[in-house]
Amino acid sequence: MRITLNNREEVFDRDVMTVSDMITIRNFSFRMKIIKINGKLISRDQYDSTYINDGDNVQMFYLMSGG
Amino acid sequence: MKIAEIEKHLGKFRVGVAGAGGLGSNCAICLARAGVGTLVIADFDVVEISNLSRQYYFSDQTGRPKVIALQQNINRINPDIRVIPYQVKLDAGNIPVIFKGCNLIVEAFDRADMKEMLIDTVQREMPGVALIVGSGIAGWGKSEDIKCRKIDDSLYICGDETLETSEELPPVAPRVSMVASMQANLAVELLMKMN
Repeated sequence: MRITLNNREEVFDRDVMTVSDMITIRNFSFRMKIIKINGKLISRDQYDSTYINDGDNVQMFYLMSGG
Repeated sequence: MKIAEIEKHLGKFRVGVAGAGGLGSNCAICLARAGVGTLVIADFDVVEISNLSRQYYFSDQTGRPKVIALQQNINRINPDIRVIPYQVKLDAGNIPVIFKGCNLIVEAFDRADMKEMLIDTVQREMPGVALIVGSGIAGWGKSEDIKCRKIDDSLYICGDETLETSEELPPVAPRVSMVASMQANLAVELLMKMN
């Protein structure tokens, strides 16, 4: 499937993919992060049950402590 | 646009500042100097000597609640700015109440889990209110790594998105205030587009 990830087009070699799958495939291993799909915030407890579909706009950023 | 017109426009708005540490205190001072009319500032902490290396407080303010000390400092700069201080620990329950009516909110927490909680709460409970998050302020140098990034109309992020503070990589004044100023600069940009 083809998605937009952080404003860049990216191709994933699979037809079905959860948010957790994407995190594993791309090795987004840092624990504290924010993920939005098509503008909707996905909570951490929804990563396993939320599917990313072809054409989706996925945005992710890490939350670093310090402020 | 002349400075008086900018100040008149910004004077109409209310901005929430979640946290009054390195990011929040410096950002609030910047917003006040620019002329943002009302600042709602929330933080549970008191000023400590160790804060003075990077936070906008003075040595005679130690022991005082940060929100009260910051209100005093802002009003010494400009008594016309209205500061609404809340000495409280923000949580999912009180955030929508405390920041009700704010045109936008600046996230200025220290802990990453608190940042996550605030983002989650504001995005779910306060649709239409833009949130400016700080992420990645630690250390010194690397000015070129600091950036502002728009996620969408409701969410922006400022910082290097990479470096966490730690004992060996503490927050140091210049880099903290750079990110705080970028958050304030972005807030001004968004407010200038609002009516």
